[in-house]
Amino acid sequence: MKRKFSLQKLLQSNFTLTFIAILFAFLVGGIFLQCIGINPFTAYGKLLQSAFSTAKSMSYCVVYGTPLIFTGLSVAFSFRTGVFNIGAEGQFVVGSMAACVVGILVPAPSVILIPLCFLAAAAAGALWGVVVGVLKTKWGINEVLSMIMFNWIAFYLSNYIVSIPAIHSEGTAEATKNVSDAARILLPQSLREGLNLASTSNWGILLAGIFAILIYMIIEKTTLGYELKAVGFNRHAAEYGGINTSRAMLTALCISGALAGIGGAVQVLGMGQRISVFAGQEGYGFDGIVVALIGGSNPIGVFVAGIFYGALKYAGSKLNLIGAPSEVIKIITGTVVFFIAISHVFKIVKKRKAGK
Amino acid sequence: MESIINELGIIIYATLTYTPPLLFAALGSCFSENSGVVNIGIEGMMTIGAFFGAAIAHFTGNPWIGFLCGGLAGAALALLHAVASVSLHADQTIVGTAINFLGAGVALLLSKAWFNSSDTPNLLDNKLPNLFSGMFTEGTVGANFLKNVLRNPVSTYLVFLCVILVWFIFYKTRFGLRLRAAGEHPKACDTLGINVIGIRYAAVVISGFLAGLGGASITMATMNQFRPTSVVGHGFIAIAAVIFGKFKPQGAMWACLLFGMCTGLRVVLGGASPIPTQLISMIPYVTTVVVLVLFVGKSRAPAANGKPYIKSK
Repeated sequence: MKRKFSLQKLLQSNFTLTFIAILFAFLVGGIFLQCIGINPFTAYGKLLQSAFSTAKSMSYCVVYGTPLIFTGLSVAFSFRTGVFNIGAEGQFVVGSMAACVVGILVPAPSVILIPLCFLAAAAAGALWGVVVGVLKTKWGINEVLSMIMFNWIAFYLSNYIVSIPAIHSEGTAEATKNVSDAARILLPQSLREGLNLASTSNWGILLAGIFAILIYMIIEKTTLGYELKAVGFNRHAAEYGGINTSRAMLTALCISGALAGIGGAVQVLGMGQRISVFAGQEGYGFDGIVVALIGGSNPIGVFVAGIFYGALKYAGSKLNLIGAPSEVIKIITGTVVFFIAISHVFKIVKKRKAGK
Repeated sequence: MESIINELGIIIYATLTYTPPLLFAALGSCFSENSGVVNIGIEGMMTIGAFFGAAIAHFTGNPWIGFLCGGLAGAALALLHAVASVSLHADQTIVGTAINFLGAGVALLLSKAWFNSSDTPNLLDNKLPNLFSGMFTEGTVGANFLKNVLRNPVSTYLVFLCVILVWFIFYKTRFGLRLRAAGEHPKACDTLGINVIGIRYAAVVISGFLAGLGGASITMATMNQFRPTSVVGHGFIAIAAVIFGKFKPQGAMWACLLFGMCTGLRVVLGGASPIPTQLISMIPYVTTVVVLVLFVGKSRAPAANGKPYIKSK
C-alpha cells in the first residue's frame, strides 16, 4: 500500500511528467520523420552520436546551452513572480550588444574588462525590463505589448550599432569587430586542447551554475523572494497583505532583464566573439521560455533543461549531414511544450483514480 | 509637385502592400482574444499558412486554392490550440508558445521534404493577382497617382473587406455578441444557455484561419515564395496591434496601417534616406509606445481573457 502511494507520487511529480512529455515528443517527431521517408532510428541515432560521442561534442552542447540557461532563468524567475517575460529576447540582445561594445572599445586588462562587460550587459538588460515595468505601473500599458515592441527596438538598435563605423568590422562581414582578447571568457587554451574540448568552451557554464543557485536562494530563502512569489500567486492578496505590488513587479523585471542581459554577454564573450547583422530574431528569448518550462520554472531544473536544450540544438544542426531535416527539432520542442501545457490533465486523471 | 504626388502614391501603395498580412492576423487575434482565449500562437499559424499557401499554389497552379489552403492550414493548427486551451484548460500562453514551434517546425520540415530546400519555388505566375494593374496608362498626374495606389495585390482589397465583415460580425450579429460575452463573463453566458466552449472553439479556429491567410498573403503577394524568414515577427506585431487597437477590429486596422506605413516608408526610402534604415525600422515600435503613453493609455483586455472556462458541476 505504502509503495503504491509513492509510485503515485512519482507519477504525479513534475519531473516524471516532463520526462514523459519528452518521450512523447520524440515519438511525434519520429512519426513526422517516418512520414517524410526518413528512418527515425537512424536520425535519432545520429542525434545521440552528435551530442554524446566525444568530449568535444559534449562541450559544444554545453556551449550552446549556456546562454539558454540564462534566458531560461530570466523567464523562470518572471513566471514565479507572475509576469510573463516574453521580452527576454530583447533583453538578451541589448545585453550582448552592451557587452560587445564595451569589449571592443575599452582597452583594459581582463580583470577589469570582463566584469565591466558583464555589468554593462546586466544594466542594459535590466533597463530593458524596467522600462516595460514602468510603462505598466505608471501608465497601465500592457506589458506583453510593450515587451514585443522592445524586442523589435532592441533588434533594430543592435543592427544599427553594428553599422556604426567605430564598431563595424573592417572586413566585408556584416558584423562588428571582434571583442578584444582580454574580454573573452574562454577556458585556458591548454585545458581546451588538453581535454580536446570545443574551441569556444568558456566559463559561462560555471557562471550559469552560480546564478542558478543564486536565483534559487533569492526565490526560496529571502524576504524579497517571498514577496515576489506572493505577488505571483495572488496580486490582490499580496497588496492587501501590505506588499507594494508595483515595486515588486519592477524588481522582478529588473532581475529578470539583468539575467537575460548577462546571457547575452556570455554569448558574445564566450561563443560569438562578435555580433552579426540579424536577419530575423534569433530566438534566445523564446528558447528561454521552453527551457523555463522544461525546467519546471525551478532554477536548478532550468540549469539541466538549458543543457538538454543546447544539446538538442547542437545535435539537431548535425542532422542535415545524413539528409534528415534539422527542423524536426522544432517539432520535438513544440510537442514537449504542448505536453507540458496539458500535463495537469494527467495529474487529474491519476488523482481521480487514486480517489477510487 | 508632380514628383511629390508620385512619391505619395508610391508610399500609399507600399503601405497598402505591407498591411494585409498583419491585418489578416490581427483580425484573427481579435476573434480569439475577444472570446477569452489569449492566442500567442498566431505567429506559428501564420508560418504554416505562409508555407501551405505558397506550396499548394505551386502544385495546383491556382493561387486561390493555395490561398484558401493557407487559411485551412492555420485553422488546423488552431484546432490543436483550442483542444488544449479550451477543452483541457491548459495555460494559453504555454500552448501558444508550443504552437509557434510546431507551426514553424512543420512548415520547414515539409518544405525540406517536398522541395529539398527551406525555400519554396518561385511562384511567378501563380501569385495572387494584382487588380487594376492594366487599367491606367501612363499620362496625367492623376492617372499616375491612381496607377501607383491601386496596383496592389488582391489580398489588400480582401483584407479591408474582411475588416468590414468582422466589424459586422462583432457588433451586429448574435454570434458576435455571444463571442464578446464569452470573453467578458463566461459564467453568465453559460447560465443563459450559451455554449461557451463551442464559441471559444469557433473563435480560435477562425483566428487560425485568418492568421493562415495573413501568412499566405506574405508568401503569395508581398513576396513570391516561402522562406524561413518570411513570417518572423509578423504574428507578434499583429498581437501587439490588437492590444494597441483596444481589442477592436477597427482599432487593430489603424494600428496595422501604422505598422504597414512604416515598413512601406522604409522600403521606399531605402538607402536614399539620410537617416539609417535601421533607425527608420524602429519608428513603428517607438511610435506605438509613445502613442500609448500620450493618448491611448490603458488597453483593457476582455475580463476573462486568458482564463480557461471550467464548468462547475
